[in-house]
Amino acid sequence: MDILTWTYILVGLSFALYIGIAIYTRASSTKEFYTAGGGVSPLANGMATAADWMSAASFISMAGIIAFSGYDGSVYLMGWTGGYVLLALLLAPYLRKFGKFTVPDFVGDRYYSNKARVVAVFCALFISFTYVAGQMRGVGIVFSRYLEVDIESGVLIGMTIVFFYAVLGGMKGITYTQVAQYCVLIFAFMVPAIFISIQLTGNPIPQLGLGGTVQDGTYLLDKLDGILVDLGFHQYTSGRKSIIDMFAITLALMVGTAGLPHVIVRFFTVPRVRDARLSAGYALVFIAILYTTAPAVAAFGIYNAIDTVAGQPVDNLPDWVENWQKTNLIVVEDLNGDGQVQYLADPEVNELTVDKDIMVLAAPEIAELPNWVVGLVAAGGMAAALSTAAGLLLVISTAVSRDLFRTFVPGMTEKTELIIARLAAALAVIVAGYFGINPPGFVAEVVAFAFGLAAASFFPVIIMGIFSTRMNKEGAIAGMICGLVFTLGYIIYFKFIHPELNDMGHWWFGISPEGIGSLGMLINFAACFVVSKFTPDPPEDVQEMIQEIRIPRGAGKASEH
Amino acid sequence: MNDHKQQMKKYWKQNIKTVLVLLSIWFIVSFGFGILLAEPLNAIKIGGYKLGFWFAQQGSIFTFVILIFVYVYKMNKLDEKFDVNEK
Repeated sequence: MDILTWTYILVGLSFALYIGIAIYTRASSTKEFYTAGGGVSPLANGMATAADWMSAASFISMAGIIAFSGYDGSVYLMGWTGGYVLLALLLAPYLRKFGKFTVPDFVGDRYYSNKARVVAVFCALFISFTYVAGQMRGVGIVFSRYLEVDIESGVLIGMTIVFFYAVLGGMKGITYTQVAQYCVLIFAFMVPAIFISIQLTGNPIPQLGLGGTVQDGTYLLDKLDGILVDLGFHQYTSGRKSIIDMFAITLALMVGTAGLPHVIVRFFTVPRVRDARLSAGYALVFIAILYTTAPAVAAFGIYNAIDTVAGQPVDNLPDWVENWQKTNLIVVEDLNGDGQVQYLADPEVNELTVDKDIMVLAAPEIAELPNWVVGLVAAGGMAAALSTAAGLLLVISTAVSRDLFRTFVPGMTEKTELIIARLAAALAVIVAGYFGINPPGFVAEVVAFAFGLAAASFFPVIIMGIFSTRMNKEGAIAGMICGLVFTLGYIIYFKFIHPELNDMGHWWFGISPEGIGSLGMLINFAACFVVSKFTPDPPEDVQEMIQEIRIPRGAGKASEH
Repeated sequence: MNDHKQQMKKYWKQNIKTVLVLLSIWFIVSFGFGILLAEPLNAIKIGGYKLGFWFAQQGSIFTFVILIFVYVYKMNKLDEKFDVNEK
């Protein structure tokens, strides 16, 4: 059977599975809609968190980014995993003990102020919307590439599927669908990685293969360093970014990960505090499987691309190059007409342009694996995109129905609230889909900054809320606003107002807009601290609540007010 | 009651201590070995890996996983010791 048939079969089967699960596990109460009833096992929640977390970008693009940036790509690897340590040690257990449904819930109660709650709701909506618009675009691209439909139809198909199970199933449906999606995506990522590792290094474990030797007995990484330097590129294993910028970006990504609302809410779904801790551990194991394999896929991919294409005659290129040239993801131009493909750092004479996404997308073909593996990778990419989009949509609908409506219309019945939650989810799908089809130029730019914004707004306020009994509402509001405004201002200044000044010489302390969230976080902490010194302590009952949060015993299931 | 408060203070102190120790390791492997000291560590090689590069792309992630499970273990012990564990 050909690739397209296999793709349709495998993608169709996986969709049928997701929809089946959604129908079987649909939510019947607000508790189930928001937190899956609070009865998810730590292992299942870990898997769901991993799928929620790993987007189409993690699945398809990350390996390619690392392939072309080498050591510098480590910021993503460390940043997007290290955040889970912060989450497990500093946030998850306490938020679970607190036992409400959302992050703004915590901010509103802990800082005894609806103003603080509303600021938090807007931060959550802003972060989630920028993120989900990018995801929907990703869904569209993945669908169009594999199913050979245009991007618009791709987004529409994706919207329908997400609409169906997010609106119907709520958190409960999403959780169990994500478990299935994790299995699909990790299997799809590992199969080609293992085969390529065997072919290139003889070692079936990609993590070891990366440190192994290629056929001529030299180490893969040494060989790669050598080849790249010969071609005029930078060494693979050392960096170009300054140390301070590496540091700032990694920190912003870590802290941002720990502050992203759609990740935090996952820890409200487990029954006990100890489950929340354990669940964060499982989540990181499942994420680490992909994140430690990705750098191997990256190095194998770039090595293979150079080895099989660069310096080869133009009319005798491997099949996969021919195939992917049709999509313009790989472009070969024989500029000097010598019939050979030159791959060089100098753009004037370079004849080979490779898109980053090819490292994962074309991996099965490069490794000459059977056609069903290509279909599998397609299903995996879609699983990654759909699971993240669904998780984000839930945060948006919860923010609207619970944090806004409930705060200002307190007398609502549960049934009404559930209807509003579903309507909000439906509306969010449509808005996200609209942005997916008509992406405003800034979306792709801004997605990367969602982390910086989360780092600069939520993280310090939640940490202070747990670890300081003295932090008050004035401090928290000042902190969130200063952190967010500073970070947003810096990003807008360098990205949109004066993009021509966006270089190391003009950055503050040499920190790029990608890493500025870490400075924003410090400003947030500082503002919290200073303002709270000059304003009254929080009331007695709030201080007691903080003491209560710190002790595991007595955590009921996530509760109503 | 006062006794209970004292106990809880002690519990919280020990909790903070555990977290600080684990977070220092978190910082050392990623920001320390993976970034600040990556250049000098790259002079050391383990198999095909330069050590700094290995920490940045593999070692730090493995350590993160271990850290969380150590935390789970230690906290479960601590909860039990202070009788604040969940039934």
